[in-house]
Amino acid sequence: MDAASDIAHEAQHHHGPASGLSRWVFTTNHKDIGTLYMWFSFLMFLTGGSMALVIRAELFQPGLQLVDPGFFNQMTTMHGLIMVFGAVMPAFVGLANWLIPMMVGAPDMALPRMNNLSFWILPFAFTMLLMTLFMDGGAPNFGWTFYAPLSTQYAPPTVNYFIFGVHLMGISSIMGAINVIATIFNMRAPGMTLMKMPLFVWTWLITAFLLLAAMPVLACVVTMMLFDINFGTSFFNAAGGGDPVLFQHLFWFFGHPEVYIMILPAFGIVSQIIPTFSRKPLFGYASMVYATASIALLSFIVWAHHMFTVGMPLAGELFFMYATMLIAVPTGVKVFNWISTMFRGSLTFETPMLFAIAFIVLFTIGGFSGLMLAISPADFQYHDTYFVVAHFHYVLVPGAVFAIIAAVYYWLPKWCGRMYDERLGKIHFWWSFIGLNLTFFPMHFIGLAGMPRRIPDYALQFADFNMLASIGGFVFGFAQVFFLFIVIRCITSGEKAAANPWEGAEGLEWTLPSPAPYHSFGTPPKID
Amino acid sequence: MQPNSRKTLVLATLIPIVMFGFGFALVPLYDVFCRVTGLNGKVNTSPLTEAEQRNRNNQQETMSRGVRVQFVTMNNGDMPWEFAPLEHDAVKVQTGEDFTAMFRVTNTTDRFMQGRAVPSVSPSEAAQYFHKVQCFCFDQQDLEAGESLDMPVVFEVDKELPDHIRTITLAYTLFDVTQVANNN
Repeated sequence: MDAASDIAHEAQHHHGPASGLSRWVFTTNHKDIGTLYMWFSFLMFLTGGSMALVIRAELFQPGLQLVDPGFFNQMTTMHGLIMVFGAVMPAFVGLANWLIPMMVGAPDMALPRMNNLSFWILPFAFTMLLMTLFMDGGAPNFGWTFYAPLSTQYAPPTVNYFIFGVHLMGISSIMGAINVIATIFNMRAPGMTLMKMPLFVWTWLITAFLLLAAMPVLACVVTMMLFDINFGTSFFNAAGGGDPVLFQHLFWFFGHPEVYIMILPAFGIVSQIIPTFSRKPLFGYASMVYATASIALLSFIVWAHHMFTVGMPLAGELFFMYATMLIAVPTGVKVFNWISTMFRGSLTFETPMLFAIAFIVLFTIGGFSGLMLAISPADFQYHDTYFVVAHFHYVLVPGAVFAIIAAVYYWLPKWCGRMYDERLGKIHFWWSFIGLNLTFFPMHFIGLAGMPRRIPDYALQFADFNMLASIGGFVFGFAQVFFLFIVIRCITSGEKAAANPWEGAEGLEWTLPSPAPYHSFGTPPKID
Repeated sequence: MQPNSRKTLVLATLIPIVMFGFGFALVPLYDVFCRVTGLNGKVNTSPLTEAEQRNRNNQQETMSRGVRVQFVTMNNGDMPWEFAPLEHDAVKVQTGEDFTAMFRVTNTTDRFMQGRAVPSVSPSEAAQYFHKVQCFCFDQQDLEAGESLDMPVVFEVDKELPDHIRTITLAYTLFDVTQVANNN
């Protein structure tokens, strides 16, 4: 292609999307990239979900029936990795792409070409990770936390694919985070001061800094693994003077901020939706910002609460216990503010609001079980049991996932210009809500009774609750296929949506027509 | 790209680069932290510094007392060698006095192998009071088929050892490093 036609091609871009596949491969448009992220994340959500169903099917009854234990281990590992890095994180980056420029009155993300690259790395990263399932030795089988020496000396040979996959995911997340920071700092419309930004923008800004600080440490850990496995170093090999506990410290130094990377944008989403359907401004905007920032800072000094049982000295146990409990304070501020926003509001319960309220209730349950786990002496009993599984699924599924689903229902009219079917949305909510609680609530009980996690078989006394959890898992899983149906039906044949389909919605994105034009805010909007 | 965005891009790229370096710096930091606090049973094998020696002399008044030191040997994984303390499984030593314990290791296989013993002291609180004057820890031992080797460890328990510690366990884990050594 010569230079002239290159320029001609560029010119076309400024009028509307290119046609065909190249539109998606070469796009630098924040809305296109946001859409790509969202669909990719949903594909990964179904992939990781299918793996969860393999796990739940095997655990339907005690004894080994469907899959062999080695494959079961591969499923628990891949389910965790794909849900964390493939489903939740890309979904949030997709929402950031779609919403942040519209919310701050910018025409696009600040670094559009890097934006394209950061998305298109992901399919390669996950192809690399997923194809290990079909290789000799099988997929990684050491759990998503890949503790050494399981992931080094005793790892299947495919571990190298896993390492490079994680490197690619990390690079993608870091580029996405840089883009968000550059957009928020440089592209805000005149008058959009920091303390006027919608809370979703604020929480994403803080998340982006968490990503910049935490992801490189993950890259360090997997690089050290790579060296230990292939080049004879001994970072984690006790025989060479290394230390496997060092692995856990490094991993959780990344891993705990990662937990907040997966929940802070969800806080932002809920803080957008609750005021809309309460028809009141958000209660305590400034305290929300400060609470988010303090959660982010605290997240770097609590990592060892994941490893209370490694033999830490008393001082360490106490420090990490109290620091962890401290996080409940800013989190409590947030929950208080959401409830106060609803207090005496004119509430209506459209689907996004239902998911947002369920988020508050169920995330708080997950927060409380987190406080129980934070109590170091009690943690010795809970450690590595299903109680932990129940805890982090309560903060991630009705936490992160419900917030993402709420966001999709809330902004779908803006994205595609059509309304979803409210009745089907409500059915989806109650279907998911019942399935989710049926899956994860019994796990608290079998965990407290001592059922260990990541084991394909269990003692007979856990049979009834496991059967309930498995039924719930399938109920929840098929609800998400129904969600896909609702979204496709909305895109193809939903009723036309108004520019602002929600009575109480505030924010710049609702001043644009629905669907949002391919290029928006070419001239910055006026902000009072 | 706006000039502002370029500046943000550069500054924001610095953070992950610094954190990547910090991640690797955590490895020696962790080691130093464990050594200083005696966590993880890591023992200081370097000779006493001048200041420590002076401090030691000032403490001559402190009463010496008896403390039980027990020796534990373990083989990691499938390491086939025989490895055990030569004379005693446990001894009573006086704090502030040197003691020499012997360990015998035998390559019971019919091939050349390399091993390495890694020490650990329990309770971890005692690690900082347990001074090894001479030790075979971390040294690579090359043994021909059937060969035996007696290895001495010379240690001294500090007089400052807190009173509630009456027994100290010195544990060695023997690793097969034949493969690792060849890679190096």
